Amino acid sequence: MSIFLDRNTPVIIQGITGRMAQFHAKEMLEYGTNLVGGVVPGKKGETVHGVPVFDTVKQAVEATGAEASLVFVPPPFAADSIMEAADGGIRYCVCITDGIPAQDMIKVKRYMMRYPKERRMVLTGPNCAGTISPGKSLVGIMPGHIYLPGHVGIVGRSGTLGYEAAQQLKDRGIGVSTSVGIGGDPINGSSFRDILEQFENDPETHIVCLIGEIGGPQEAEAAAYIQEHMTKPVVAYIAGLTAPKGRTMGHAGAIISAFGESASEKVEILSAAGVTVAENPSVIGETIARVMQAA
Amino acid sequence: MDIHEYQAKEILNKFGVAIPDGALAYSPEQAAYRARELGGSKWIVKAQVHAGGRGKAGGVKICESEHEIQDATNEMFGRRLVTHQTGPEGKGIYRIYVEAAVPFEREIYLGFVLDRSSQRVMIVASSEGGMEIEEISAKKPESIVRSTVEPAVGLRDFQAREIAFALGIPSELTQQMVRTLQGCYRAFTELDATMVEINPLVITSDRRILALDAKMTFDGNALFRHPHIAELRDKSQEDPRESRAADRGLSYIGLSGNIGCIVNGAGLAMATMDTIKLAGGEPANFLDIGGGATPERVAKAFRLVNSDENVQAILVNIFAGINRCDWVAEGVVQALQANPVDVPVVVRLAGTNVEEGLKILAKSGLPIIRATSLMEAAERAVSAWKNDLSQNTRMRIVK
Repeated sequence: MSIFLDRNTPVIIQGITGRMAQFHAKEMLEYGTNLVGGVVPGKKGETVHGVPVFDTVKQAVEATGAEASLVFVPPPFAADSIMEAADGGIRYCVCITDGIPAQDMIKVKRYMMRYPKERRMVLTGPNCAGTISPGKSLVGIMPGHIYLPGHVGIVGRSGTLGYEAAQQLKDRGIGVSTSVGIGGDPINGSSFRDILEQFENDPETHIVCLIGEIGGPQEAEAAAYIQEHMTKPVVAYIAGLTAPKGRTMGHAGAIISAFGESASEKVEILSAAGVTVAENPSVIGETIARVMQAA
Repeated sequence: MDIHEYQAKEILNKFGVAIPDGALAYSPEQAAYRARELGGSKWIVKAQVHAGGRGKAGGVKICESEHEIQDATNEMFGRRLVTHQTGPEGKGIYRIYVEAAVPFEREIYLGFVLDRSSQRVMIVASSEGGMEIEEISAKKPESIVRSTVEPAVGLRDFQAREIAFALGIPSELTQQMVRTLQGCYRAFTELDATMVEINPLVITSDRRILALDAKMTFDGNALFRHPHIAELRDKSQEDPRESRAADRGLSYIGLSGNIGCIVNGAGLAMATMDTIKLAGGEPANFLDIGGGATPERVAKAFRLVNSDENVQAILVNIFAGINRCDWVAEGVVQALQANPVDVPVVVRLAGTNVEEGLKILAKSGLPIIRATSLMEAAERAVSAWKNDLSQNTRMRIVK
């Protein structure tokens, strides 16, 4: 199995009856994701594209054996839905929602700690494009066909910049083991470091592509992990060299507010840790191909 | 979202933080009248702008008579205050806060921030107040005390006491310091702030702890549950282009370059700006029109970017995934037909159905410059801008 997902992982969508969620439910089913149900309070008994809707996550897990969940719930209620997933027995949760208050995410992170590590849910996102293990399962909103199955692990904050990397790899015939979006928010479920650790232990992943940006300490934390623990090569691209200090660049978390948070500082820190940094986004695919050949 | 100093003080005061007596004025006459109401013989007049560094920029004055207040505020009102945080265009002064001057003995720095490493609220304090925190960490890093708050139980009194003792607060004032710290923490969490800063927090000559300055920033994503905070938004302190964009659901930041950018996705938008710079140009803006890149959003984006007089070329970079390139190309063509622009436009499409998309752009008859890679698009935009500059200078002057 790839990290987090395989062909048979049973998946539910929380908030499945919304317009966008219905659209992406269909895309996921067409991709081959084992979508087994949805959760919307008060809509038990309805179906969306043939999959049953339940009132609660616990009901859905009991009836379908769901292991993964995709949260498509509006920002005011999304934190509650993630906690419900954590409590309901979901093992892996992807939250797409953009605009969750930071304090809500602090509570979510604290709430997840109440479960012992072996039962604790893994959360990626919020404000991300989702996770895909090409040819197996897509849990998110990305266009599945730009990813070939293969051995490059992708982890990034940005959705479309991640697509850019996947497309460049596909154009060169290079495939992806798993692509994980960790999202653009300041407080997120999994960090770069968390996902790098997964890739390091994943036999299907041979090389990792890290796509970072300005703001926050997670790229520097990733660099420390890479230097100390990683045996697999890492290629990185960091966006925001021209971003002014103190301004939020679209993503709530993309703001330079402390030392080490600018793109040039992150590039320096990653390079010093032995990471090959692509200097512009057009050469991400090329750089990965070069490093793969050298390895 | 930022608010003014006087608003932050009013809020913190409701949560138990002591502040000096003060009042707001909208004119020099009112400022003088406010001083008389406050009483005393020495006042501080402070320009209310959304930026730090006001003192050094002439936005804070000490006055000893009503006459001095009239003169000082007369010079401030309507002026644009340029501090190291505002950029060269500065921020307009339309409100002035008049405060009774308070003699004090010590200045302390107090900040509450969202710490992204621990993913919790962190208190940062220093016995070296009055300087900005960047300066304190450069000059007196050993004076900084940090403490993170466990979200399940909130700030504990023992933690607040630890901070007070570490700062060397006299023991008869420990309780006041605890109340101040607790007030700030409660205001931070109950109102969804992302930053609370009191610099300086002072110990007055008559042994009180007072917030002489205050700054609060709020989480834009949480304003839906704090309508009274959302009402404090002051558009006069925003870049008008950014306000207009925000009101239309676009994420836009104006910069000083000449190449306008229209991109879907924040990460890709930053990457596009960086590539323009690498190609020898300067981006005029950050603009994320959202992942979907619908024709309506593309049209809005063209109107917005074209309204910036500095823009001399526009680079459109769209990764079309689920929304195919042909559909996005139709949107670009429609937007340009409805809102013609007088600068060169470079369009780079990537993702699904690229060929069809490029065909639609070619067939439209519009003078769109096409590119396949982002680097190529940036190079073409830069050279189009340079050529346009040499050809169009005269035309622009006549116009």
